[in-house]
Amino acid sequence: MAGNTEPLSPRSRLAVTAGRAAAAVSRAAGRGSGSVIGGKVALRLDPDLLARVAQHLDVVLVSATNGKTTTTRLIAEALRANGGVVSNALGANMPAGITSALAGGAEEQYGVIEVDEKYLAGVARDVTPKAIALLNLSRDQLDRAGETRMLAERWREGLQGQKAVIIANADDPLVVWAASSSPNVVWVAAGQEWKDDAWSCPSCGGVMQRPDDDWFCAECGFRRPTPSWALSGDHVLDPHGSAWPISLQLPGRANKANAATSAAVAAAFGVAPQVALERMGSVTAVAGRYDVVQYAGRDIRLLLAKNPAGWLETFSLIDAPPAPVLLSVNARGADGTDTSWLWDVDYSRLAGHPICVIGDRKLDLAVRLEVAGVDFQVCNDADDAVRRCPPGRIEAIANYTAFQDLRRVVGN
Amino acid sequence: MSDTSLRLVWVYPDLLSTYGDQGNALVVERRAQQRGLAVQREDIRSDQPIPTSGDIYLIGGGEDRPQRLAAERLVRDGGLNRAVDNGAIIFSVCAGYQILGREFVNDLGETSQGLGLLDVTSTRGEADRCVGDVLGDIDERLNLPQLTGFENHQGITHLGPTARPLARVRLGRGNGTGDGTEGAWNDTVFGTYMHGPVLARNPQIADLLVKLALDVNALPPTDDRWYEALREERITAATQPA
Ligand SMILES: [Zn+2]
Repeated sequence: MAGNTEPLSPRSRLAVTAGRAAAAVSRAAGRGSGSVIGGKVALRLDPDLLARVAQHLDVVLVSATNGKTTTTRLIAEALRANGGVVSNALGANMPAGITSALAGGAEEQYGVIEVDEKYLAGVARDVTPKAIALLNLSRDQLDRAGETRMLAERWREGLQGQKAVIIANADDPLVVWAASSSPNVVWVAAGQEWKDDAWSCPSCGGVMQRPDDDWFCAECGFRRPTPSWALSGDHVLDPHGSAWPISLQLPGRANKANAATSAAVAAAFGVAPQVALERMGSVTAVAGRYDVVQYAGRDIRLLLAKNPAGWLETFSLIDAPPAPVLLSVNARGADGTDTSWLWDVDYSRLAGHPICVIGDRKLDLAVRLEVAGVDFQVCNDADDAVRRCPPGRIEAIANYTAFQDLRRVVGN
Repeated sequence: MSDTSLRLVWVYPDLLSTYGDQGNALVVERRAQQRGLAVQREDIRSDQPIPTSGDIYLIGGGEDRPQRLAAERLVRDGGLNRAVDNGAIIFSVCAGYQILGREFVNDLGETSQGLGLLDVTSTRGEADRCVGDVLGDIDERLNLPQLTGFENHQGITHLGPTARPLARVRLGRGNGTGDGTEGAWNDTVFGTYMHGPVLARNPQIADLLVKLALDVNALPPTDDRWYEALREERITAATQPA
């Protein structure tokens, strides 16, 4: 499935070079990995650059509200069984960051790319992907991202007539609505714990019926498609009905779902499920997430949860009480400045855990926990919170910038 | 109030529950229970009839199409209007607030009929969405401390003669009419553009709803130190932007 290789035009080559130089300056100035700023300079010089740097690659796009960074990593590991992979592994998932990452992949065969939900349609148009994996859509950063259903609608319009094979979650009605405008869809029963963004039929607005794991709209007939792949406990079921064991080091049901989707993607490129899943087992942490770090005599597991669906999946993977839980929430630009989503998270599920609360918006969390009727302590900072917990494992759950803050403190 | 318990109805969470609106139901429920009241909470989906004998009804915000669908179904159902006739208290937010009015402009750019429970009409503003912390002074007849909340809307709501503004904003846009008003009320029906959720930021409004439902002037005190700390922080943040 290798694409045709054409040398970059002089203008594109100049753009890549200028972009690399800017990235080097950005790195030297201590502003992160430099991949985003490099991409921005490069795109300004040549708007077709993204298409050109992707031209020789077999491209897989991965988009979702949750799990896209991890799934991108799992797919990349699986495809390395067949050939070299370039990926935006650091999570720079808008066009500039993607361009910058792909510019380093001149020698590779595959491009495995995480794409921000809002940019999927445009990137899918520019890079001519071979496959697109769609995992889930749910409320996230409402002050910025706008309406979840509108996002599904934009996916649907953008994917219409798309030649790539779409590998999509049959258990998320919004994803199914978005994907079903495409002629070539492989449905994966990957599950979706969070259901509160799809009670209303995306097609006709009718009330969705959701008996057990099924779903359908009684008014227009929009319903769950029959999946050809499925997550079943600790196994992936392939289209032939064979069950392949998942042996991830990453915790939780959501990551098993990500592995099932990744296995279906890998199969589209001729990598057998057994080979793909074995390779996925080597992934230990993704951009610091799920990492266990030692700090002040405790083992702190770092868990990122950015929105209600993410918190729900995270609660289901943490150790049972009395494992202490550290919660940290910020509301800076990258997090979304509206904290009302905290009320869509069922914090009563943390009953029985000792809970320590930190972060810019710890008082929002305090009121939320008080109303949930669970005990908690509001702490000064991460160090204070950790030292109030007994030695042993601490489950630390934080949203985006709070997670970065926490990593800096505990040295990961 | 019914004989044995406070009946709290959350209207159409399948359509109108986008910005943590469940928080308003959780706060009323919790604060009533802390006063020793049994609370019977009912979440009514838009394919179910609205009960007419509830004590407090909560309606949240939502996206534009769900708002239109919710209004159509509530008008057809008629239960909320009967509940108000029976003496129920209604508290509504954003899209729900617009639905309680006479009419609003829907996602298709057409006029949708509202329930007429508040003397207000809503249109869509041309300006950018208004997003951010809000600070206001609540109508002095309600005898409540400052209003703090988070707004995220594009609506403009004009008040008719029988609706009183719930608050006057010091910071933020509120009703978007440029006259500084925010929300509306008329003795038993309340509307606001404030998210946050607003009752978590303003627990005394939650208590007001309970007092009106019970027809009492006071409730036993609760330990509100975390609410107070949050209010102080948000009010300071609104008045001293970083
Ligand atoms: Zn339908």
